[in-house]
Amino acid sequence: MNRQIVKLFGLVVALFAVLVGFTSYWAVFDAKALKEKDANKRPLLEQQQIRRGRIVAADGTVIARSVPKGHGASLRYVRRYPEGSLFAHPIGYSFVEEGDSEFEQFHNDELVGEESEFDSILDELRGRKQEGDDVVTNLDPAAQAVALEDLREVGFGAVVAIEPSTGRVRAMASNPPYDPNRIPYDLTELNENEPESPLLNRATQGQYPPGSTFKVVTAAAGLESGTITPETAFSAPSPLEVEGTPLENDFNTSYPPITLDYALTNSVNTWFGQLGQKVGQDQLFETMEKFGFNSTPPIDLPDDQVYESGVYSESHLLNRNDPVDLARVAIGQERLAVTPLQMAMVAAAVANGGRLMKPQIWSRVVDPDGRVVERMDPSQYSQPVSEETAAELTTAMEGVVSEGTGTNAAIEGVPVAGKTGTAETPYNESCGGGTEENQAWFMGFAPADEPKIAIVATVECTTQFGNDVAAPIFRDVAETILNGG
Amino acid sequence: MSARNRELTALVPVALLLTAGFTAVFAQENARLDNLSLLYGAYFLAACMATHIYLRIRLPRADPYLFPLVALLTAFGLVMVYRIDPTLARDQANWFVLGLVLFVLTIHFLRDYDVLERYRYTIAVVGLLLLLAPRLPGIGQQVNGAYLGVKIGPLAFQPAEFSKICLVVFLASYLREHREVLIVGARRVLGVTLPPLKHFGPMLVVWGASMFMLVFIRDLGSSLMFFAAFLALLYVATGRLSFVVIGMAMFLLGAWFFAATVPHVHERVDVWLNPYAHPQKSGYQILQSIFAQADGGLFGKGFAQALIFVPGTHDALLPAAQTDTIYALIVNELGLFGACAVILVYLLIAARGFKIALLAADGFSKLLATGLTAVFAIQAFVIIGGVTRVIPLTGVTLPFISYGGSSVVANFVLLALLLLVSDRARREAESL
Repeated sequence: MNRQIVKLFGLVVALFAVLVGFTSYWAVFDAKALKEKDANKRPLLEQQQIRRGRIVAADGTVIARSVPKGHGASLRYVRRYPEGSLFAHPIGYSFVEEGDSEFEQFHNDELVGEESEFDSILDELRGRKQEGDDVVTNLDPAAQAVALEDLREVGFGAVVAIEPSTGRVRAMASNPPYDPNRIPYDLTELNENEPESPLLNRATQGQYPPGSTFKVVTAAAGLESGTITPETAFSAPSPLEVEGTPLENDFNTSYPPITLDYALTNSVNTWFGQLGQKVGQDQLFETMEKFGFNSTPPIDLPDDQVYESGVYSESHLLNRNDPVDLARVAIGQERLAVTPLQMAMVAAAVANGGRLMKPQIWSRVVDPDGRVVERMDPSQYSQPVSEETAAELTTAMEGVVSEGTGTNAAIEGVPVAGKTGTAETPYNESCGGGTEENQAWFMGFAPADEPKIAIVATVECTTQFGNDVAAPIFRDVAETILNGG
Repeated sequence: MSARNRELTALVPVALLLTAGFTAVFAQENARLDNLSLLYGAYFLAACMATHIYLRIRLPRADPYLFPLVALLTAFGLVMVYRIDPTLARDQANWFVLGLVLFVLTIHFLRDYDVLERYRYTIAVVGLLLLLAPRLPGIGQQVNGAYLGVKIGPLAFQPAEFSKICLVVFLASYLREHREVLIVGARRVLGVTLPPLKHFGPMLVVWGASMFMLVFIRDLGSSLMFFAAFLALLYVATGRLSFVVIGMAMFLLGAWFFAATVPHVHERVDVWLNPYAHPQKSGYQILQSIFAQADGGLFGKGFAQALIFVPGTHDALLPAAQTDTIYALIVNELGLFGACAVILVYLLIAARGFKIALLAADGFSKLLATGLTAVFAIQAFVIIGGVTRVIPLTGVTLPFISYGGSSVVANFVLLALLLLVSDRARREAESL
């Protein structure tokens, strides 16, 4: 029997080895994936016992802080948002049961003071409790308030304001917002609330037809590829037969040979349609991609809450080899869908001499003792256009505000460069299916000669035009930021 | 060094470990050092010493490592249970003492354990009655859909823990007598060696008992444990792998059939295969157990660091942390390395147990030691395997660590029997 006993012991060894194998799988190899499971509340519960760091606006206004509840073993911290719905987007929320979103989610590691295993062992030996770091943002509460207030008056939509030279995001508003303090009670209701969708950050998740604002991208591609110069002139008849369908200018006006300045100032569709065709799909898409289209914008928000912009077929992005109606892409129609953040990146790049800086909401991380642990380092994402092209685009965009379609964006004593957009969105279910609804846009920067701020404002489902509803928002937010500093 | 001196040397570090463990828990909870941990360490050492002195007198040649290894598990269990709930730890300490008393009594009255052979059918019947008891009206108790407990007046216990010893004793005795005929009388049918039906009858009874447990007691874990121990003994006694394969097929067939028809068993298997289907209900325990392990990493979070309840509430984050899922808590607090150390202790106990079986001269002793060791190792496997999702999670205790009087006491009786066999085997080996 001894031989069998030895074999039986061998089997026990093998079975125990299986136990060690499974334990190591759960405890080590699969641990990261398990911690991210929705059903797993442990990471959040443990974080709840750590005083999560504050989120602070650029001027020191507290956007989010944690308050203690209970004591001893049942001590836990609950998130409070003193400003209510003002910073709901892009800050998001963080609660144990409901999870987290947006900025709170992206900067979670800093906010809970994530440490290496070695550091946390050291801390434990020293008897120190893990504490979260504060994260200071670039957000300007006054600008944020103006943006949200203006939006509330005209409809659903979004505003994004970026400092062109650094990529600092000074305001990001989405209407309708929600009160993050109510998340523990209202999450289901908020989730099911359509078409308002208050949890949607329209600045990064709204996918809208850009309309004429896109003409700036087409013009950039034309100048950059050498297809045209500021002096190049060609006529713009209306209607113009494109891909079997007539393309028209406003009021069906036909133009004699005109240059870029004139065409942009008056937003001449058939001029830009032809330009798009002259530039070609390769060149247009290359410029678009340098501006950030067809990839997730490099902002400090979770990837799944920042959508890509580009020409969509169903839910996938088309690239330079897919068949598209180039003339209509060139004027922001076709199947183009863009986020307000993307258009703000276009405006910021043009304003910054053609250099696109990575948009960033955070500014610095400060530990509980007040030391700055980490500082945001402005970094360039790409250079979509040369400095000369940027200057020429700026001149053309100044014309839009001074004498063209975007006069409502003008600010007393400050030169403004911009572009309006009014994309028709008839029969759109989320707008109620009416025939008169537009997506109204204004994108621009100021001062045009020394840009301090680039702003995009957009309003959905409005019967008005970009100059009527979006340009005034631009003006108000720009004034607030320029006056503030 | 003599066997008993080795045992003595091994017990001191175990008592120190217990002291250190309590110190760690106190330090964590009260942020201060407490002399109480020294006192607990002293009590523990005293209890172990008394038992050790008894062993010195009665079983001087018995295996020197088994008792310290078990003391190690008990010490560890006491600290873990204390860390969960100090009142439970007081119960557990009492049961530890009661276990030692039964340990001593077993050795005292069963010095000549051959008498067990004489009463093997009585023992088998007692074992079956014990299994049946939880279904008896008035004394039976249902826990989580399974009938595991018996309550007579103030005395509550889980009869399956004792029943497993009865079963092993019976099987060891029966197989000792019939192993020859089972081998010789075997016939080959279609290339498969089949045991002779006549002598296999009682074996079928064991299969029937396992199925019975599955259906009426609804205890998948004990059923699995009993049947695996049975197959292990059958294999060691006959050397016929084919018997084991047939037995396994029969068990799986039966389990499959009952899994399809008995809702409780069905649900356990369902949850095992797809825990994410109902993460807040049926899948909660296994998922939380795995999530707790995921937090452990290599080194664990440290004693008394794991979350067992949702802070500020009485909702269990790790259900049954003191019994079924205590292994998940160990992984969480002591990490993969700590958990491996615990598994290693079980493996060392199994190694010593099988060593005793190898040394034993007569068939009954060999089979008894094998069976007791096997059932012990399998019990550890069934619950650790359940918690780590190797097999469906069932309500079996982790021997000597989990909170539970029946488990501690029964396993001390099991240990006593092993040491009895060991002492005789070594005595006979020396006299040769």
